[in-house]
Amino acid sequence: MDVLYFAWVRERIGLPREAVVTQAATVNDLVAELSAREERYAAAFADISALRVALDQELADFDAPLAGVREVAFFPPMTGG
Amino acid sequence: MRISVQSDAFDLGAETAGFAAGHRDIGAIVTFTGIVRDLPDDAMEAMEIEHYPGMTVKAIRAMAEEAAARFTLGDVLVIHRYGRLHPGEMIMMVATAARHRRDAFEAATYLMDYLKSRAPFWKREVSASGAAWVASTDADEAALARWQR
Repeated sequence: MDVLYFAWVRERIGLPREAVVTQAATVNDLVAELSAREERYAAAFADISALRVALDQELADFDAPLAGVREVAFFPPMTGG
Repeated sequence: MRISVQSDAFDLGAETAGFAAGHRDIGAIVTFTGIVRDLPDDAMEAMEIEHYPGMTVKAIRAMAEEAAARFTLGDVLVIHRYGRLHPGEMIMMVATAARHRRDAFEAATYLMDYLKSRAPFWKREVSASGAAWVASTDADEAALARWQR
């Protein structure tokens, strides 16, 4: 699946998107898997309450299942308007 | 209903006039315009607005459709810019048209409350002393809570 990062999540991880091969069942599982990879991921995901996630471009919860999902995006709370 | 996410500036007067034209059953149009505001203690060089291209228009369209379902609306227009903007520049506008003013006002407020914290935009303020991402506020979430039913 494609994993996208925006705003300071993108800056902390150091790239805007990447292809990830994973068996993670939920968003939380994917976060744990990425965080275990490298310090920059662990830093970006240190406080999940400060993050939002979208699955296939729809806002979702961190306990949402990833089955069939093609695009996961992580970002801080939005500041539009 | 028109949703535009664009880097280019827009002409508020022309957009509002175009939106208002050609309706015979509309008694009220409300517009809101968001403008880049300078920082209180530190001259802002620019406001950089990032967005999620695949999601932004879809998310705003869903908000506009929800507004049309909640209020009696004739039409909705949302324009939101991204990229590098400067103090005094217009960031975005919302216009709502309805038979009666209450629906137009309420729908515009509803859309602004949702755009503020549910449309995938992120603002970064750049000044001589550095750059900082704008944080969301509890007030933004509280504004949404009053629409939840």
